Amino acid sequence: MSGPMRLEKGGLIDRSREIRFQFDDQWMGGVAGDTLASALLANGVRLVGRSFKYHRPRGILTAGSEEPNALVEIGKAARRTPNVRATTQELYEGLYAVSQNRFPSLKWDLLEVNDLFAPFLGAGFYYKTFMWPRAFWERLYEPLIRRAAGLGALSKQTNPDHYEKAFAHCDLLVIGAGPTGLMAALTAARAGADVILADEGDRMGGRLLSETITLDGQPGPDWVAGVLAELQGMDNVRLMPRTTVTGAYDGGTFGAVERVGLHLSAPAADLPLECFWRITARRAILAAGALERPIAFRDNDRPGVMLASAVRSYVNRYAVAPGRKVAVFGTSDDAHRTVADLQAAGVEVVALIDARADATTTLDVPFYAGATVTGTEGRLGLRRITVTRAAGSRVIDADCLAISGGWNPTVHLTCHMNARPVWREDIAAFVPPEGAVPGLTPAGACASRFATTDCLGDGVAAATEALTALGAKVSPPDLPRTDDAAWRGAALWAVPGKGRAWLDFQNDVTVKDVQQAARENMVSVEHMKRYTTQGMAPDQGKNSNVAALAMLADVTGRAIPETGTTTFRPPYTPVAIATMGAGGQGAGFAPQRYMTSHDASVEKGAPMIEAGLWYRPSYFPRAGERTWREACDREVGHVRTAVGVCDVSTLGKIELHGPDAGRFLDLVYTNTFSTLAPGRTRYGLMLREDGHVMDDGTTACLAEGHYLMTTTTAAAGQVMRHLDFVQQVHAPGMAVRFTSVTEQWAQFAIAGPRALEVVNGFLDTPVDDAALPFMGNCAVTLGGIGGRLFRISFSGERGYELAVPARYGAALFRDLVARAEGLGGGAYGMEALNVLRIEKGFLTHAELHGRTTAFDLGLAKMVSAKKVCVGQRAAARPGLTGPDREQLVGLKPAGAVKQILAGAHLFAERAEAVRENDEGYVTSACYSPTLGTTLGLGFLRNGRARHGEVIRMVDHLRGVETLCEVCDPVFFDPEGGRARGETS
Amino acid sequence: MRIPCPLCGDRDRREFYYMGAAEALTAPPGPEAPPEVIDDQLHLRTNPAGETRDVWYHETGCGAWLIVTRDTVTHAVHGAVLAERRGTTA
Repeated sequence: MSGPMRLEKGGLIDRSREIRFQFDDQWMGGVAGDTLASALLANGVRLVGRSFKYHRPRGILTAGSEEPNALVEIGKAARRTPNVRATTQELYEGLYAVSQNRFPSLKWDLLEVNDLFAPFLGAGFYYKTFMWPRAFWERLYEPLIRRAAGLGALSKQTNPDHYEKAFAHCDLLVIGAGPTGLMAALTAARAGADVILADEGDRMGGRLLSETITLDGQPGPDWVAGVLAELQGMDNVRLMPRTTVTGAYDGGTFGAVERVGLHLSAPAADLPLECFWRITARRAILAAGALERPIAFRDNDRPGVMLASAVRSYVNRYAVAPGRKVAVFGTSDDAHRTVADLQAAGVEVVALIDARADATTTLDVPFYAGATVTGTEGRLGLRRITVTRAAGSRVIDADCLAISGGWNPTVHLTCHMNARPVWREDIAAFVPPEGAVPGLTPAGACASRFATTDCLGDGVAAATEALTALGAKVSPPDLPRTDDAAWRGAALWAVPGKGRAWLDFQNDVTVKDVQQAARENMVSVEHMKRYTTQGMAPDQGKNSNVAALAMLADVTGRAIPETGTTTFRPPYTPVAIATMGAGGQGAGFAPQRYMTSHDASVEKGAPMIEAGLWYRPSYFPRAGERTWREACDREVGHVRTAVGVCDVSTLGKIELHGPDAGRFLDLVYTNTFSTLAPGRTRYGLMLREDGHVMDDGTTACLAEGHYLMTTTTAAAGQVMRHLDFVQQVHAPGMAVRFTSVTEQWAQFAIAGPRALEVVNGFLDTPVDDAALPFMGNCAVTLGGIGGRLFRISFSGERGYELAVPARYGAALFRDLVARAEGLGGGAYGMEALNVLRIEKGFLTHAELHGRTTAFDLGLAKMVSAKKVCVGQRAAARPGLTGPDREQLVGLKPAGAVKQILAGAHLFAERAEAVRENDEGYVTSACYSPTLGTTLGLGFLRNGRARHGEVIRMVDHLRGVETLCEVCDPVFFDPEGGRARGETS
Repeated sequence: MRIPCPLCGDRDRREFYYMGAAEALTAPPGPEAPPEVIDDQLHLRTNPAGETRDVWYHETGCGAWLIVTRDTVTHAVHGAVLAERRGTTA
């Protein structure tokens, strides 16, 4: 037996499949088809949590995702999820749930004393009390408040679960699978449209699963099953249960969260917990239904007080009696329907209290027309209620009170694109604004048509309209006949009287709090909301917004439309950050790009460091080396004295073809390339439209009208984008095409006095300096495989770059390194590469950082005056040249302190190191084993005229001051004879 | 947000790189232009509330630069044309 409150028969549950679960470390039993909430109720558990601020005992209020009270933690340790609504959590074998916001236990909560201090803890309490002394806020007040006022707690461990994201497209997205949504989906599906039907419940059918309404003489659930069976059999329909559409966005895009593994006892290891969907729909129908609203009266928050619609759900769908003596209090015929359902299920109803004076009933029940509930008793659960009418009051024993204050259409998604809902006085409710989300049509109860008959018809009408707009032919299905009458009722927001009457259960906001906010001039609804905290936290005011607004309107003597309303933003229900960031945890944060030499580098023990999305070897440690510096110094030595090998495949490679390719390069580079002969290579400088340097690199002329451009690793994507821009916008008439070949070629730098020996060891036809002079290039073959050889150098030594199709990269790298090691050299990594280029004053994006011009870099001569290039005119603007500019210089230590640090700032030797005196900064620094000193590159105001001057480098962060001599940025072999092979 | 690429059809905005207002596409001023004119062309934008034309690059699609007409108030996207079709030669 799954609990003492389980009904003998009925319900959409499978009594033969029993499920064991734990709540607050106590084992209990439920059955298949239960939610955690229905299983707890079946076990007679009414107290499920403590309220946010006053730690008042709270029970289950609803049967849906709007639940404000029954929030629990599910799972253990790192898998613990806080703030799960027990009303939507499907029961599974072994489910472990713990109540929240209580210490030491749910029944004995020490902070219940907050409730005694409630007169002092009203609206604005935090703002008024914790103001002074200022320093106490962070150290004392905030930690205390966070501990006392809270929801669930995070595990603070790394999340071991995984999540998924997915995209979907359709003609028609139907949001909600109640009577409206089902008829809309059926209409569209039969017309052949691609339909997605999404519903947040684990079972489709909406209120039809919880009511005793019949359709064509069938019970609601049977009719639903018939429709779903037809939809399931159609290829153009996708049913998405357990999927909450959480947001409406531009261009017919919707966000949705699908619960994939959260309802399973032992989900497969690769099954995600949730999937975040982005659904693009040509049209959408919002069939989200409506939410029943509570009524505020004194102590209306005791466990056992429940919405009438929830009572019907628990009785009809889950076959659970929510109490042994149930009273029903309402303002509409829904209260009468609730009594009828309870009685049909054999549950004793002790009172039907209808606030309407003219209400009548034929039900056999103690009936109180024109009456209200004015109070309740029972510390941990409802025991008695007080019913008051003109004739006087009477106390009635009841352990459950169903309340029904009418319905609020679920307008949320229609407000996600900045619209506000519209007030309709005749039904005392907010309805969706017209055309608020392009392509989205609200239908059924969320469009204020509450009767089931109207919902069915509205679903057909909305789908017909949407599909006709898409050009489809629609033959609307026949409408089933129902026995559901039109909704009749009156609005009652709060019962007047003394004591605290709760509006917002989630945030402990009472009628008095709203009145107090108004008295303190928080008469704007936005101010009231923030002052009282009404409408915040997981339920986002789903149960309380309209009533709080009505209270504010009442106390300020305004009508509701004048009072205004807060609006709704995505998401409709809380979404875990992990779900929205699906796939982005850990290594999934960014794609990883590996070079063909990756495995060989890792085998050699090289630490891999990120360079954009690429991973490159930092250095290659050898036995006996204790620090990276030892390895780096040795690798620099290899290149300067023997030969080193480095994978440079990460540099961007763009191949250009066409008769106008040379002219096109003239347009994008500052210097001239149309004169470059086949077999020659040239260093080029590229400017942005605003005249600042974008990138640099070499471009080789491989043949007439055929060039290969290299970019820096960091700017490869930006340069490609720029080339597309220049061609399409500025030179659409030029006959040139280009494509990125970065991934197609593996390219290795072989540098050092003995580089040619290594290279020639691989070539089918060896080269010499006559065949391949400095800055030359040629096609080569390696064992019959076609490759490209470039005589270029980023180290200042005799240098070659050998490119082969990427599939040969891994093998060639291993062989090149082995050959180099045989000649007293070896592989070198990013650290050595950086030292080698600083010694030579070569640039990287440390210097080309977006704020420097060709003039700043000492490359003004590279900007040809004989032709036009992108950025040329902009670079000549006043202020971008001249002695006021910070210019590239070299820096060497000139005093006792030898440290030079990138990021440090430069000051005149005797000037105070403050911002006003700042004259520049260091961009790159290293220890040069070649020159036996630290070196720096940096930018110094009027620096080229100050070579020989001693200045002061100050690193405020690390507390280092160094006197530096300003010098030319080329520290080593300024004539360049080594690279040309003239000296070594 | 969806952008109707003239070559690829309706595509998600994640495939596009945003550059800025379409004023960036006007031809660079001639050599005799005063610096203020160059500066305005580079940096001065009108930032309208309502219909705007701006430049997007279909970076993970066809590589086309587009001029997209859209509304900064309603977020409606009215259309897109290839920048190539209305560009000027340098």
